[in-house]
Amino acid sequence: MTKTLNLTLKVWRQKGPDSRGRLETYNSANISTDMSFLEMIDVVNEQLTVEGKEPIAFDHDCREGICGMCGSVVNGRPHGPEKGTTLCQLHMRHFSDGDTIVIEPWRSKAFKIIKDLVVDRSALDKIIQAGGYVSVNTGGAPDSNAIPVPQDTAEKAMDAAACIGCGACVAACPNASAMLFTGAKISQLALLPQGKPEAANRAIEMVRRMDELGFGNCTNERECEAECPKEISIVNIARMNREFFKAAFLSDVK
Amino acid sequence: MKLDAKIPGGPIAQKWDRHRFELKLVNPANKRKYEIIVVGTGLAGGSASASLAELGYNVKTFCIQDSPRRAHSIAAQGGINASKNYQNDGDSDWRLFYDTVKGGDFRAREANVYRLAQLSGNIIDQCVAQGVPFAREYGGQLANRSFGGAQVSRTFYARGQTGQQLLLGAYSALSRQIAAGKVKMFPRREMLDVVVVDGKARGIIARNLVTGEIEKYAADAVVLSTGGYGNVFFLSTNAMASNVTAAYRAYKRGALFANPCFTQIHPTCIPVHGTYQSKLTLMSESLRNDGRVWVPKKTGDRRPPSQIPESERDYYLENKYPSFGNLVPRDVASRNAKEQCDMKKGVGETGLAVYLDFADAIKRDGKDVIAKKYGNLFQMYEKITAQNPYETPMMIYPAVHYTMGGLWVDYNLMSTIDGLFVLGEANFSDHGANRLGASALMQGLADGYFIIPYTIGGYLAANSKKEISSDHPAFRESSAGVESGASKLLSIKGKRTVDDFHRQLGNILWEYCGMSRNDEGLKKAVKLIQELRGEFWENVLVPGSEKDLNQSLEKAGRVADFLEFGELMVMDALSRRESCGGHFNEAFQTEENEAKRDDDNFCHVSAWEYTGEGKEPALHKEQLVFENVKLTQRSYK
Repeated sequence: MTKTLNLTLKVWRQKGPDSRGRLETYNSANISTDMSFLEMIDVVNEQLTVEGKEPIAFDHDCREGICGMCGSVVNGRPHGPEKGTTLCQLHMRHFSDGDTIVIEPWRSKAFKIIKDLVVDRSALDKIIQAGGYVSVNTGGAPDSNAIPVPQDTAEKAMDAAACIGCGACVAACPNASAMLFTGAKISQLALLPQGKPEAANRAIEMVRRMDELGFGNCTNERECEAECPKEISIVNIARMNREFFKAAFLSDVK
Repeated sequence: MKLDAKIPGGPIAQKWDRHRFELKLVNPANKRKYEIIVVGTGLAGGSASASLAELGYNVKTFCIQDSPRRAHSIAAQGGINASKNYQNDGDSDWRLFYDTVKGGDFRAREANVYRLAQLSGNIIDQCVAQGVPFAREYGGQLANRSFGGAQVSRTFYARGQTGQQLLLGAYSALSRQIAAGKVKMFPRREMLDVVVVDGKARGIIARNLVTGEIEKYAADAVVLSTGGYGNVFFLSTNAMASNVTAAYRAYKRGALFANPCFTQIHPTCIPVHGTYQSKLTLMSESLRNDGRVWVPKKTGDRRPPSQIPESERDYYLENKYPSFGNLVPRDVASRNAKEQCDMKKGVGETGLAVYLDFADAIKRDGKDVIAKKYGNLFQMYEKITAQNPYETPMMIYPAVHYTMGGLWVDYNLMSTIDGLFVLGEANFSDHGANRLGASALMQGLADGYFIIPYTIGGYLAANSKKEISSDHPAFRESSAGVESGASKLLSIKGKRTVDDFHRQLGNILWEYCGMSRNDEGLKKAVKLIQELRGEFWENVLVPGSEKDLNQSLEKAGRVADFLEFGELMVMDALSRRESCGGHFNEAFQTEENEAKRDDDNFCHVSAWEYTGEGKEPALHKEQLVFENVKLTQRSYK
């Protein structure tokens, strides 16, 4: 049943990449438990606007958990307390009246803060640009049923491909590692026959790029898997490591 | 202005082949000398950017989000159609063509739709080659499912995330071209004007959403793939940033806007639950493969669904449309849901919902099978509503989802501004008055992968190349206009927020220009929109500065355009004296309450020309000629 909550928010406010940020406190009253977390922020922002203050800047777009645009650290956890849930799909019924909620941006060396809760995640795009594709031009593809793909292989590839690129894995990791993100893409393409010709090069290049961009390493904390809104498994990191070693030792790719 | 669709001659099945041969070519060495701007990175823009860059053109690509991977195509759930006939159930290019023309209630252009059907198979081939993990059968072959408006299984899918997987495929191809230096990517940019020089589109003005700077970019041609305008209704299934601004500013520069009143209200969405709500969530149409739609037979029956016996349920779609049942096209399903709720048979707290019940499917196939097909959708439903659809029927209600209208384009996908091409949902071309499920992904990718690479070459080769720089006076004039627009919005300092205006506009349109329309309501809407627009420019409150990341200012610009565009939509609805597909005027209906077309007088595309601030737009008509299908009253019975 719908009821309303009164909350205290502590929100990270930062004017720009080089300014000093701080937590500001806001009261958020009469919040319906059916609201999404972002709708709750909308309400606060409307109130701030009317009071002549600047609303909280935050990234969001599809609001159905698939675009990967939203995400903040809520009470110390990326995308908040619910498992397998993006911030836009987190509903206020998971909070209690009187709660204090701390909202901070993703924090990682590779993700610079742009303003308030908005961060620059272009490093993730750069990892994909290093090899997260099959080099096939438009036109000339063979009939799609020409190469059968076993159902369980397709399912595993899909499990990895479900990544939405939100960056929660990086925010969750004490080392700010992007290995779950990178491993998911390497896995998807390494599993499928279409991705095999470039598998060695892809593994080497994507891992190299990831390191250059300032992401940390994996020390098996498993925070990424726990916080991933799409519940991508760290099996994908293991597969990435295998692909990487295979490429390093058994292929000619350097 | 005479609208020439430039449809090639010859039999319909050979038009595209013939046209490709007749189009002039740009030789590979010369392609390197051309600059092309692509705005938007959804399926259409992403695939176009990648394909054009592969051919050798220099591409500058712009998107509003922080990454090209996030465009709203990503949210498409159910699937993509293709006439592969892998199921051996009688599909063909011809049948896909016919279904699409009929589904669109005979208001689409035959030649475009036939080409779409012809290209549909290539799309699947291309996506599989990119590593898109489509669903497979045990033998490793591709799996299919059924969608509305068709009696064959031709929909390819990747769980309930088909749009995501196709978009990530296009994004991967785009990423490869970015790495190769052939595409220069500009994320977090919003296009705010098209620059037209000597009658040709030669560039754009964009706002850098991080720094607030107004930037100028020149090119030899401009491709808009900026999506639909469903957010004019405030509540829709579109992403928050989806807007009409790019298309509308092109309209103001001379591109005609076609059929703006053709909007699609999708039948299966999670019902509205509160005034604070920011958006609506779609539940894929694929659910209608196994879900049965019903309402209680008695009006005002408030019992929980489990206590309503089978004999007291009305499976109204199955009863009314025995041959298509729950899989009637979207416009028909939506209107019927509204009809049931208008008769006070609606369910849930607000009475504005109908049941979509999986109990029979779970009994027949087992929970595991249903979970495999729709697991992520069921999970999403549960997250939002806190109800478990495995145990209790889903509650659904129609919501704004897609816009068939868009900028008018010819067969080459070029608008009425030379050199300005429009792809995907942003154009009007293929879906007539109603789009069938799983056809948007098909159109976006057909336009981007397989049409624009040819037709843009034809345009460039046919026109002599003239250098231009972004210092040209036309660029300075455009960017000055954009800058003063932003300053004006900030200077009003009124009392009402942008969202407040947007919500009110949405209410007006939903009430008077939504699922069913009448003249009185439409006329009232025109007046209400004009008043609201007047108030907006006196009383809107936009905080912050233009030299900064300012999300309120971004929204304000979009809502300002919606406030003008909404009126155009209503005018278009008023001028179309018939009902067809998603446009249902109560004065024009059959005895069975279906849309009643007037083929003698309205078998045309209505294309609107901007004639200046505060002036009535001029209506131009493109007559639709049907040589290959017979115009009939649509029947799904």
